[in-house]
Amino acid sequence: MECYFDNAATTKVRAEVLEAMLPYFQENYGNPSSIYKISQKTKKAVETAREQVAKAINAPAANEIYFTAGGSESDNWALKGIADSYSSKGKHIITTAIEHHAILHTCEYLETKGYEVTYLPVDEYGLVSAEQVKEAIRPDTILVSVMFANNEIGTIEPIAEIGAVCREAGVLFHTDAVQAVAHVPVDVQAMNIDLLSMSGHKFYGPKGIGAMYIRKGIKIPSFIHGGAQERKRRAGTENVPGIVGIGKAIELASAELETEMPRLIALRTKLINGILEKIPYARLNGHPDLRLPGNVNISFEFIEGESILLLLDMNDIYASSGSACTSGSLDPSHVLLAIGLPHEKAHGSLRLTMGHFTKEEEVDFVLEKLPPIVERLREMSPLYEQIKNKK
Amino acid sequence: MMYSEKVMDHFMNPRNVGEIEDASGVGTVGNAKCGDIMKVYLKIEDGIVKDAKFKTFGCGAAVATSSMATELIKGKTIKESLEITNKAVMEALDGLPPIKVHCSCLAEEALHAALWDYAEKNGIVIEGLKKPVNDISEHDEVPQEDY
Repeated sequence: MECYFDNAATTKVRAEVLEAMLPYFQENYGNPSSIYKISQKTKKAVETAREQVAKAINAPAANEIYFTAGGSESDNWALKGIADSYSSKGKHIITTAIEHHAILHTCEYLETKGYEVTYLPVDEYGLVSAEQVKEAIRPDTILVSVMFANNEIGTIEPIAEIGAVCREAGVLFHTDAVQAVAHVPVDVQAMNIDLLSMSGHKFYGPKGIGAMYIRKGIKIPSFIHGGAQERKRRAGTENVPGIVGIGKAIELASAELETEMPRLIALRTKLINGILEKIPYARLNGHPDLRLPGNVNISFEFIEGESILLLLDMNDIYASSGSACTSGSLDPSHVLLAIGLPHEKAHGSLRLTMGHFTKEEEVDFVLEKLPPIVERLREMSPLYEQIKNKK
Repeated sequence: MMYSEKVMDHFMNPRNVGEIEDASGVGTVGNAKCGDIMKVYLKIEDGIVKDAKFKTFGCGAAVATSSMATELIKGKTIKESLEITNKAVMEALDGLPPIKVHCSCLAEEALHAALWDYAEKNGIVIEGLKKPVNDISEHDEVPQEDY
């Protein structure tokens, strides 16, 4: 049985989504900017997708949705764009220590350009509070960017409260909602969100397509200069099949949210409880309840994450880890360190993320295969030997 | 897969896992902060490494290099043991990804640490053996040309 437990990394395109996209490669290939008949269909398809995306996040108007090449582009655009157009007001940006690198590295870039960035710390669950944001806001603060939900530990931030604080202070609020959109309810109006990033491949759409919600009236320069596409704010011939795909995917996932959330939460509970019952010296990372429905992140003491992944892979179970070996550096995940995990426990983390295609049998299979894998690695570990000898 | 077949073989079927109760020398290197700890046990008789065992906390490459290093040292004289460098371990494993080179350095260090312990216990000096750094927290001290 092939068990894909890395839905936070990317998802499989749903058959309905692929089916909706296919006519836009060969039948309806016209450039949406052209005036002849065959282009009318592609233009209409792009506008339909824009409406589907707007509806899913309760945006007041479809023309507040801009298609991009993905979550990273949306994040870059939001931060660099607002920094650029509001620099006369100030050069201070507030974000958190656990953001995705698309935000953190963009902030670091802005710091080299004379902007000042406050990185709010998080508590042991990965939560930042609206109170913290409120206290960090200064007269020269131009933007607050807090992720909707964390990609590693799944913690869902108090976005509505933070949005309210920002609105009251007159500071723009951006949220990187790449992990949240189409997985949990997102309402840009109720939550006072000014800018929101999303990515199609995180909710069973294709890769290479994303979107940004930019509330009407916000000044933001074009990120890609060129033609007049996307109301002159994002040049480049539209990725029509991708746009059709993200539209269909968000429509499907949003319609199923009410049934899919409890289904995944039940699987999540089963997986977390099963692992913690079967495996000693393990702890759940992230919040027990304020958490993405499909996210499980657990640290196993005395062993290292990459070894766990390799052995899971041998059983056709695909997962990820926050260990240094998998991050491509010598430091473990910045998120796990930010919630206070010591390095050795961060190295031994395992992230299992479920989604639309995950079945209960797969959860059972992981619960069967994981305990002997952990035990096998512990038997090989000099750290475990010390613990056993102490007993 | 980023690893060679040999690395995967030594990770999946590690040779010499365990401890030697009456070991002639034991060496531990690395630290948990960096995500790798290797502990090597050597049984040395008449100047020859009769047996070698290890325990490792670390990634696939850390386990594979421990396995290969202990394989290589078995049956060697002490002088020959010193020729088991990180490069020798890497070559025996058909190479390692650049970011994993430090694991092979750690394996070499672990062998040296065990030999040093043996020398100290027996009051002898092994020519060419330097006192090991037990806590090599700066893994990026790896020779740059390996990257």
